[in-house]
Amino acid sequence: MLSTESLEKINREIAKYPTDQKQSAVMSALAIAQDEKGWLATETMDFIAKYLGMPAIAVYEVATFYNMYNLKPVGKYKLTVCTNLPCALSGGNDAANYLKQKLGVGFNETSADGLFTLKEGECMGACGDAPVLLVNNKQMCSFMSNEQIDQLLEELRK
Amino acid sequence: MTQSVQVILADVNPTDPENWRLKSYLKRDGYAALKKIIANKIPPENVIEEVKKSALRGRGGAGFPTGLKWSFMPRQYEGDKYLVCNSDEGEPGTFKDRDIMRYNPHILIEGMAIAAYAMGAKTGYNYVHGEIWETYERMEEAVEEARLAGFLGNNILGSDFSFQLYNHHGYGAYICGEETALLESIEGKKGQPRFKPPFPASYGLYGKPTTINNTETFASVPWIIRHGGEKYLQLGKPNNGGTKIFSISGHVNKPGNYEVPLGIPFAELLEMAGGMRGGRKLKGCIPGGSSMPVLPGDVMMKTDMDYDSIAKAGSMLGSGAVIIMDDTTCMVRALERLSYFYYEESCGQCTPCREGTGWLYRIINRIEHGKGRPEDLDLLDNLADNIQGRTICALGDAAAMPVRAMLQHFRDEFVYHIEHKKCMV
Repeated sequence: MLSTESLEKINREIAKYPTDQKQSAVMSALAIAQDEKGWLATETMDFIAKYLGMPAIAVYEVATFYNMYNLKPVGKYKLTVCTNLPCALSGGNDAANYLKQKLGVGFNETSADGLFTLKEGECMGACGDAPVLLVNNKQMCSFMSNEQIDQLLEELRK
Repeated sequence: MTQSVQVILADVNPTDPENWRLKSYLKRDGYAALKKIIANKIPPENVIEEVKKSALRGRGGAGFPTGLKWSFMPRQYEGDKYLVCNSDEGEPGTFKDRDIMRYNPHILIEGMAIAAYAMGAKTGYNYVHGEIWETYERMEEAVEEARLAGFLGNNILGSDFSFQLYNHHGYGAYICGEETALLESIEGKKGQPRFKPPFPASYGLYGKPTTINNTETFASVPWIIRHGGEKYLQLGKPNNGGTKIFSISGHVNKPGNYEVPLGIPFAELLEMAGGMRGGRKLKGCIPGGSSMPVLPGDVMMKTDMDYDSIAKAGSMLGSGAVIIMDDTTCMVRALERLSYFYYEESCGQCTPCREGTGWLYRIINRIEHGKGRPEDLDLLDNLADNIQGRTICALGDAAAMPVRAMLQHFRDEFVYHIEHKKCMV
């Protein structure tokens, strides 16, 4: 179901918590599974439930509560733009609008080539670097002017 | 311009890729405080006394006296006790903890180790905000460095003091910045706040006594132990000890983090951040993160930046996130965006917050879009009344307070929107 590499990563997370508290690793286990699979299908969540000895419903609760989990397939690159007030004061909405226009999509949509899914994000804790966007939950990009966005898209398309 | 002592960011150089490492930290007197405590076998209660003397107050938003919080931990408790760091920095406008962790991670580790020593905690978790993966990875590396050097783990520096520290990565939920929601989240559940009491000091992580502090709070501790609580207090002003990192965002020339003594005049801080962008006029400022009441520019310009002065001016210091808005800002639109945030982030547990945040957002949204009704402003007041103080945690208050303050200080703008169906700026 998951690669050996992913399982090793999950085991490292489990080891951080008391032996009778494996459930504490559920957030990282879901994140690791998502990194491998791209999104969290029900079978993936069921697998994690079994692996951690949790009821499946408890895993679904976590996956649906935290908003960085993908409950549906997304493009190869998920771009999350912060439009919260501090970012909006420094061009957050301009960056979002530029991306919409460049990719021909709205929020929560995937570009026709299947490469990009655009998401509206909440505060990422990087307001001084606005506009900011996050690639696949991992790579934070700062000061995203139109030129910077063009450059990023070009690199990702390679 | 005041050239003042820095407690957390002193000699921190973000442009040097090796500056965050243990080797550099040791050159900056790193781990000297922990070594001192262990070498001199300083009794844990003396460490807490020193922190009390410093008047250090929680830097995450609530401003609760840290030493007092530490003294709530049961001393004689036989079982496991936990220490938790709240690095789930998601209060809009706040971005200081990210910089502490990526540029000076060992100061946090040292602060947590000292706190664990003082409270007898054997295990600690540092809960890192979901969106800052690179910072989480850096923390993982720093913890490993500290463990290999004997500053973490079993028998620290050859003593009988042991402390294991782990990083826990969040995944995008503002509510987990609330301390009991954060505990639920570490336990592998939805981050829904718990009723208090019982407080975490008696029933915390896995039901064990737990103390939770913010990243910046822990990071202030090594300096306090090295130089003494009295000296730390003197850096700031009475009841407002030490320095504070202010995260300045919005319409300034140099947004960023500035560590300054508490009590510095706002005007001076604004100047440090390069002044107003384009030389424009300061219209309003949210001095402590988006949940705190906005203040008009002229009030702000006369205010000093410490807990008591900002409270006197009618707002709160909160997390120290200073959001600057110039005279081109439409306050209706600003409030609409904030209200959407609280609506989106309400955990759904308490009816007044779950339903009320949606109401607030929808009403402000229709005012912004020219569909406001004359009775809407009273309705907003009424809604805020019915949310505030009626929920398990402070998210309800956090959604209501900005609405009240905006209506109090910028009511004309809302009235104009309703009457003319357009914006006045």
